[in-house]
Amino acid sequence: MKPTTRPTAWPRKLAHAGLISVALLFLIVFLLLPLATVFYEALQQGLMAYVHAMAQPEALDSMRLTLLVAAIAVPLNLVFGVAAAWAMARFDFPGKSILGAFIDLPFSVSPVISGLLYVLLFGAHGWFGPWLDKHNIDIIFAVPGLVLATVFVTLPFVARELIPLMQAQGTEEEEAARVLGANGWQMFFRVTLPNIRWALLYGVLLCNARAMGEFGAVSVVSGHILGLTTTMPLEVEVLYNEYDYVGAFAVASLLAMLALLTLALKAVLEWRYGDQIASHNTARH
Amino acid sequence: MKRRLLPGFGLSLGYTIIYLSLIVLLPLAALLAKASSIGWDALTHLLGSGRTLAALKLSFGGALVAALVNAAIGLLVAWVLVRYRFPGRRLLDALIDLPFALPTAVAGIALTAIYAPNGWLGRWLEPLGIHVAYTPLGVLVAMIFVGFPFVVRTLQPVLEALENDVEEAAMSLGATRAQTFFRVILPMLVPALLTGFALALARAVGEYGSVIFIAGNIPKQSEIAPLLIVQKLEQFDYAGAAALSVVMLTFSLLLLIAVSRLQRWSQRWTESRR
Repeated sequence: MKPTTRPTAWPRKLAHAGLISVALLFLIVFLLLPLATVFYEALQQGLMAYVHAMAQPEALDSMRLTLLVAAIAVPLNLVFGVAAAWAMARFDFPGKSILGAFIDLPFSVSPVISGLLYVLLFGAHGWFGPWLDKHNIDIIFAVPGLVLATVFVTLPFVARELIPLMQAQGTEEEEAARVLGANGWQMFFRVTLPNIRWALLYGVLLCNARAMGEFGAVSVVSGHILGLTTTMPLEVEVLYNEYDYVGAFAVASLLAMLALLTLALKAVLEWRYGDQIASHNTARH
Repeated sequence: MKRRLLPGFGLSLGYTIIYLSLIVLLPLAALLAKASSIGWDALTHLLGSGRTLAALKLSFGGALVAALVNAAIGLLVAWVLVRYRFPGRRLLDALIDLPFALPTAVAGIALTAIYAPNGWLGRWLEPLGIHVAYTPLGVLVAMIFVGFPFVVRTLQPVLEALENDVEEAAMSLGATRAQTFFRVILPMLVPALLTGFALALARAVGEYGSVIFIAGNIPKQSEIAPLLIVQKLEQFDYAGAAALSVVMLTFSLLLLIAVSRLQRWSQRWTESRR
């Protein structure tokens, strides 16, 4: 964070201005233009058409389903992230680095393959397909499949934020609590949790954004049963393929607003609590 | 091993292992089992077909080009954001992560609308003979979009930590600004640059949502490998879908190993220079 303070000759200033302009141009064309397009297309036929498109029963159903899937998947990965971080950052055990690699693995799996995994496990021709069929349990082409695929793709977020932070924080405070007589859960809720709360919130924020926005993985397991297994990103695709552009971009605009809200909260957390969110300062995203 | 003062080792590790086994390991085992059931003839038929090869070539080749573009632009953007002060800098800095936060389907239809023949940019590019939407170029644009934040975000902390005295020493010894940049600064950025490049590459190879809308998905021309997996699945060719997935996963895992090696290397690199 060191601004160049030396007096600069004008050719250098010109070079700076040139570099800044090229960077700005790229950011405007590649980032801002797509964002602006979403809102422009959604409002192209006026505010009434926009509101009308969002009030369609299918659109409302997709919003409800997206909220439901995120409401199940995010808490599951929150608990997992805390447990995994506690094991990884507080203890040494054989195979630790392999465990870490498996926690990171879902990030390097194509979304389509993430969905395929569960089709091969629970689909009609999958390992558990015949058994599930006999007991009338629907997983693929139903809500549980959407939740599983979402859990898979968002699994690393919370753990990834917490592990480096807890490693950096060390164990002194927790050990002091134990020595002073706190039991395990008292120590966890009064010492550990307050110490990691901002990083936890940061991880949950990123996890939630991905859970609500995931497309490829849920697309494979959904089977597109209208109103039943169509989440918001899938509804965008359905409307788009029906040439209902206002409808598609209206639903998309809600997701874009969610993305902007996520970025804003993320920036606030980094700005206000940057020192308590380890990953902000490292090379991970 | 020292005596454990902290509780919860068994509980937390047990839960982590059971959860990972159910969510990650068991499904992966199902994938490997299905892929290995394909048989030699079907596998050679699948991987030897022109359509599969074209799709793999587009996914890997496109991702490689996109990652190279992102390395160059990412270096420039990270440099500008860290070194220069201008109005709106913090806002832009926050916007860098937009491709991570914006759902891929939303990015996909927005990019298509921009580059379609009647779109904001498409209507200027089409008369010049540059067709972006529904061509491999469109695939490339989407891949650049989704991979963009990686290089910027891996470079920023390294650039911020870069000591000014090294540069000043080089300059005071008579190096020009260009020499200082290429001989002194750039070598120090190489590990982070490579890490960001590999992450952007891995992301673009498997990308689906943002690509399929703008690609037009013409077989052998603008059809990506993940889409081919979906199509195999829709034709109930589970073994084919699984085999293709294993091919892609193997590549991703090799990249993952490369990234972790690079991160270890860059840690040692920066520490040795302190």
